[in-house]
Amino acid sequence: MTKPNYISTTNACKLCTPLGAAMAFRGVEGAIPFLHGSQGCATYMRRYVISHFREPVDIASSSLGEKQAVYGGGPNLKKGMLNVMKKYEPKLIGVATTCLTETIGDDVPRIIKEFHDEFGDLPLPEIVEVSTPSYNGTHTDGWHGAVRSLVGQLCTQERPKNDSINILPNMVSCEDIRHLKDICEDFGVAATILPDISETLDAPTLEDYVRIPTGGTTLSAIRSMSGASATIEFGRCLPQETGATVLEKQFGVPAKRIGLPIGLRESDRFFGMLEEISGKTMPLRYGLERGRLVDAYVDGHKYVFGKRAIVYGEEDLVAGICAFLAEIGVNVVLAGTGSRNKGLAKAISEVSSGLTKEMPIVREAVDFHDIAEEGATLNPDLLIGHSKGYQYANAWKIPLIRVGFPIHDRFGGQRMLHLGYKGALNLFDGIVNAMIAKKQSDSQIGYGYL
Amino acid sequence: MSTAILDERKSQIHRIGEGEIDIACNRESLAGAVSQRACVFCGSRVVLYPIADALHLVHGPIGCAVYTWDIRGALSSGPELHRLSFSTDLQEMDVIFGGERKLEAALDELIDRHKPKAAFVYSTCIVGLIGDDIEAVCRKMTAFKGIPVLPVMSEGFKGNKREGYLAACNAMFKLIGTGDTSDIGPVSINILGDFNLAGEIWIIREYFERMGVEVVANITGDGRVDDIRRCHGASLNLVQCSGATLALAKMMQEKYGTPFLRVSYLGIEDMADSLYQVADFFQDKSPGIMERTQDLVRSELESLMPELARYRKDLEDKRVAMYVGGSFKAFSLLKAFRHLGMKVVMVGSQTGTKEDYAELAQIADPGTIIVDDATPLELSQFIKEKDVDLFVGGVKERPIAYKLGVGFCDHNHERKEALEGFVGMLNFAREVHSSVMSPVWKFVPRRAHHASAVTDAPKGDHHD
Ligand code: SF4
Ligand code: SF4
Repeated sequence: MTKPNYISTTNACKLCTPLGAAMAFRGVEGAIPFLHGSQGCATYMRRYVISHFREPVDIASSSLGEKQAVYGGGPNLKKGMLNVMKKYEPKLIGVATTCLTETIGDDVPRIIKEFHDEFGDLPLPEIVEVSTPSYNGTHTDGWHGAVRSLVGQLCTQERPKNDSINILPNMVSCEDIRHLKDICEDFGVAATILPDISETLDAPTLEDYVRIPTGGTTLSAIRSMSGASATIEFGRCLPQETGATVLEKQFGVPAKRIGLPIGLRESDRFFGMLEEISGKTMPLRYGLERGRLVDAYVDGHKYVFGKRAIVYGEEDLVAGICAFLAEIGVNVVLAGTGSRNKGLAKAISEVSSGLTKEMPIVREAVDFHDIAEEGATLNPDLLIGHSKGYQYANAWKIPLIRVGFPIHDRFGGQRMLHLGYKGALNLFDGIVNAMIAKKQSDSQIGYGYL
Repeated sequence: MSTAILDERKSQIHRIGEGEIDIACNRESLAGAVSQRACVFCGSRVVLYPIADALHLVHGPIGCAVYTWDIRGALSSGPELHRLSFSTDLQEMDVIFGGERKLEAALDELIDRHKPKAAFVYSTCIVGLIGDDIEAVCRKMTAFKGIPVLPVMSEGFKGNKREGYLAACNAMFKLIGTGDTSDIGPVSINILGDFNLAGEIWIIREYFERMGVEVVANITGDGRVDDIRRCHGASLNLVQCSGATLALAKMMQEKYGTPFLRVSYLGIEDMADSLYQVADFFQDKSPGIMERTQDLVRSELESLMPELARYRKDLEDKRVAMYVGGSFKAFSLLKAFRHLGMKVVMVGSQTGTKEDYAELAQIADPGTIIVDDATPLELSQFIKEKDVDLFVGGVKERPIAYKLGVGFCDHNHERKEALEGFVGMLNFAREVHSSVMSPVWKFVPRRAHHASAVTDAPKGDHHD
């Protein structure tokens, strides 16, 4: 697809940068995300995140108006932080800029420094800031940027070396994080997972409205990351500089980058890495999970072999899903992401090596119009990605397998498991069943045994 | 008194019975207060979005367009162009060098691809800052493409939703007066301020058809550009909702002399009253209209009332809190809840005016809390304080209610259930009933003191 210089976007396959940052900040204990910009951005993002997680998501805003847009947003940012302190008593305020404040050129680090000087007599929370202009990146950049800022701005001291490991899990579901925690616990490995949205974005019903939900990575755990034995970060399409590379550079904590552990082989890499770092062998239950996964692959292979899939969404999730699909013999015909320059093609070819004959068409910086235009000629059997592809799946009369974020049109997106052998089994069951359901509903006879 | 309310917000909250009502409203949201409000752009988008054969292009970075992609249930009986999300997706270079060329190219490309009847170009915060001359681009593209290309001056930071409504009305007003009105009869109306959520406008149009009233334009639910162009030919404008399209009605009154009535299609009284007002207006021009209207209302009520009574039995004395966009809707809802025997104990709105709140105070019960531009903490405090059984609001309010173990009904722009008209009242009652009466509330911590009632086996069902 060659594009003219200027092109519009129709049904974007990405979200804006501060949204990713706000979600990541939400995974820190006692933290409140704070968008420095006008009110609309924060409200829209809250609405968006809420409809996936079905949880209250309080994101504060400096609510800039016309005056501040002209004279600068510093005073509103300070006032907003004071108000948030009063009402939420946060341990951390995660300040992310928006297009507006980036464009007017507010110097947020300086404003925060002034804030510390002016209000140093108050018990101030930690304030971490990240620059997230949306005209320069997507929500995944916001996510990784916030994680990097958390590490960079909170890990200021070298902690004594210890046996714990750091895991930077990328944008995965609450259930994924819970699974990771279980795995580490079963391994007997102390791990700091940053961020940890497992409770903060999937909390129980309570008697009272908690201002900030419990859970999240604790500040002391984040500060201790500088003493960990290694950092494992998930993602083959990560920016050069991440939380892990910062820790490596500053404190010599080795940064180990592996793909999202989706599917058998990428999960093997993760478990292998855990064995290597901890010096322990994989607990039996994961061996059994792995065995069941292979067993399921065998039982179900015919339903899926040779099927043609289009995969879209966050770059690393797309790479992970492609890794898994390669294992089960589904041909990815098109893989697309709204991000650009993330090396998605390289990542996909790495994870599918030895399994697929043909590489899919890989597109970065696409919207759904592009995906549909190209996809229509590719004759896909299924679509894999978040909810936003629904209307295309509907038009092509093929199943949509919902993964990742956002899942607006189904229930339980936050409880969806993608990672590890168990996650792969979950995905596999979903895809096989979708194929069976399609066959069943397409058939005149309505077979009861398939 | 409470810890949830910031001092600076106290003047935006009032309790009926505690002195004269003097609510501060129409203010900018307080920094750091986590307002439930959106922005100017949001207001414009709400109003114009349902025009189904127009192109809606958001000029700005990607977020503003993405978050408003098909989020409202505004249905169309024909074209579906409004359900796509178009954006110029500004990048860093555009911010530095200006986005006008990109806007032009986008319009050129999209108008050729979709052949819309008109195009609306929404300007967002950043566009206001970098100073793109949207109006000039729109003029140029209007001439070039031969369809109206209309700027919507909706920079988010220039105020709240209200200003957005005005910007939308300004944009539409440029269309009005450009179509042929020769075949429009004297008994004719425009429906303003209804967005055809879940097909509601079809219910209302059918009532008017039964009364013998011609509907010229839906503004904007299931809206069409050509209808709007000729809507100045109608004899009367009906304006629903607090303020979304009131400005347009006023502009039309001034320029074309079209009178308007404020109506509401929610709840029994307001629905019937609105129809009677219209019948009254056309009495001279349309003999028998009053009788036809009476027949309509009677037959609708005959089937509705017995069904409502069934729900009312269960719902009597349950307590309701509501937080809605415009406060006009709150009046209708309040009356509707009275029909169900329920007590409204809190009413809040994002964009009410002083007059709205004063009127609300008149019809609400003593002790009712009235709040402008509430925050999640305030809402949760009121829910607990008043021990409500049902909360009515939008998507952002839902998890607040659910987290506290309180039933919830969506009565916002995102609802997927038709709640207008007589049939809507029944849908509403059914939804309220299923929200309030579900057994799940017996398991939530807030009701834990009743927990023993749950674990006790039902009487007469003993198997020892
Ligand atoms: S202005 Fe920027 S930050 Fe705000 S919603 Fe739009 S894209 Fe996102
Ligand atoms: S950038 Fe402005 S227009 Fe867009 S959502 Fe934010 S406040 Fe609204």
